[in-house]
Amino acid sequence: MSTPVLDLRGVAFAYPDGHQALFGVDLHVHPGERVALLGPNGAGKTTLVLHLNGILRAGRGSVAISGLPVEDANLLEIRRRVGIVFQDPDDQLFMPSVRDDVAFGPANLGLPRPVIEERVESALRAVGMLEYADRPPHHLSFGQRRRVAVATVLAMEPEILVLDEPSSNLDPASRRELADIITSLGVTVLMVTHDLPYALQLCERSVILADGVITADGATRDLLADAALLERHRLELPYGFTLPAASA
Amino acid sequence: MGAGHGHFLHFHGHSALHRLPAHAKLVALLIFVTCVVVTPRTQVWAFAAYAVLLLLAMAASRVPTAYLGRRMLIEIPFVVFALLMPLIATGPRVDVGPLRLSEAGLWGAWALLAKGTLGVGASVLLGSTTEPRDLVRALDKLHMPQPLVQIASFMFRYLEVVLAELQRMKVARESRGFHARSVKQWPVLAATVGALFMRSYERGERVHLAMLSRGYAGRLPFAAELAASRVEWARALALPSAALLVALAAWVRMGA
Repeated sequence: MSTPVLDLRGVAFAYPDGHQALFGVDLHVHPGERVALLGPNGAGKTTLVLHLNGILRAGRGSVAISGLPVEDANLLEIRRRVGIVFQDPDDQLFMPSVRDDVAFGPANLGLPRPVIEERVESALRAVGMLEYADRPPHHLSFGQRRRVAVATVLAMEPEILVLDEPSSNLDPASRRELADIITSLGVTVLMVTHDLPYALQLCERSVILADGVITADGATRDLLADAALLERHRLELPYGFTLPAASA
Repeated sequence: MGAGHGHFLHFHGHSALHRLPAHAKLVALLIFVTCVVVTPRTQVWAFAAYAVLLLLAMAASRVPTAYLGRRMLIEIPFVVFALLMPLIATGPRVDVGPLRLSEAGLWGAWALLAKGTLGVGASVLLGSTTEPRDLVRALDKLHMPQPLVQIASFMFRYLEVVLAELQRMKVARESRGFHARSVKQWPVLAATVGALFMRSYERGERVHLAMLSRGYAGRLPFAAELAASRVEWARALALPSAALLVALAAWVRMGA
């Protein structure tokens, strides 16, 4: 089997105040997979995500990205490989123009200017926002800002795209557009969400994080069909939603 | 909070002044203001000359006078102070109508008003003809210390976010029947400011995390570098060069 893009072994983490958030997480994600990381609020999802690019370091266990261990010496390369799109695009987009913001990551990688410009163009084109390149981010709609946030990490040509609650606060059309973009990219995706229909639409496989450990790992459809499992983890399908017939 | 959406200061246009590179304009402003500040206040004619130069530049910018005038209201606190100076300053007095005013105070008020108005006018003109993000790039280009450039950049980016947050908090307060009518309600307003500070502080931390995640190492790279040709420099420096001549002439006449 190929080297997993994400390789987490027994990752445990406690915050400095003593609160332990992760109790030994094992997770493998292989190239080309789209995996949903499900779990109720407070399950440790965001804490886990911050381990993927070395913002937080495991107290025990190990994290490796495509075989490269998350260590100080590799930090910049790790952050290139793992593209995290945070939940609030206003946290992610801070430069005066869309173009500057998308160029921020590639410039930190020390790429030459023509390459940066190419990356900016292709990333913005991939999310359908090229014509907004010279606008300030705060003049865009929320859905547009989220798409630009995706472009800011695409421009670093990551090996895995990590999306934190990508569907939150989006109207149905923006939600569908973002789904179309994610499926069109063809990159490995880890999607943190409690939007179960969105997980079903985009990810064949899901894992459930609860109380700091992975408690379920399988086909999204099977997980969502297991009412008892969902209830145990405070996960619920929206009112009126039934799983579509298995043909999909 | 009268600030609307969109640009706070910039007036969209395509005049020669708008098109000049921001860093050249910033240097021009700096020289112009320095000339005004160092000119002896007794050389009244020199300030008239500066005013003419500035008015010419304003006309060339094709920004409506009313627009510039409204933005110059920021000077009002200084004007109030200037008007008080002749009344409260000490020294020999002169009679002006029914009032006995301090001579030194009158000169002080004149200098503050003249220099202040010219400086504010020139700055407002720069702000009206330059996109805020270009101003930030100009600071970067002119090698301002990175922390200052970054603070300016973040201020420009997040001002509207914070104001929108404040507005939402205000709407939420009022939706529950709150009206700030008297001092008694001040604790609520103070709590709002406190909450806004905490939210902004936490947002700052989240922004920093997001920056680290993309490999931030202390510098903001701006994609489009500013560049100015010789002709553009010459155009931008025309106004401050004229101002420099006026300042020199003022000093020579002062010495004579």
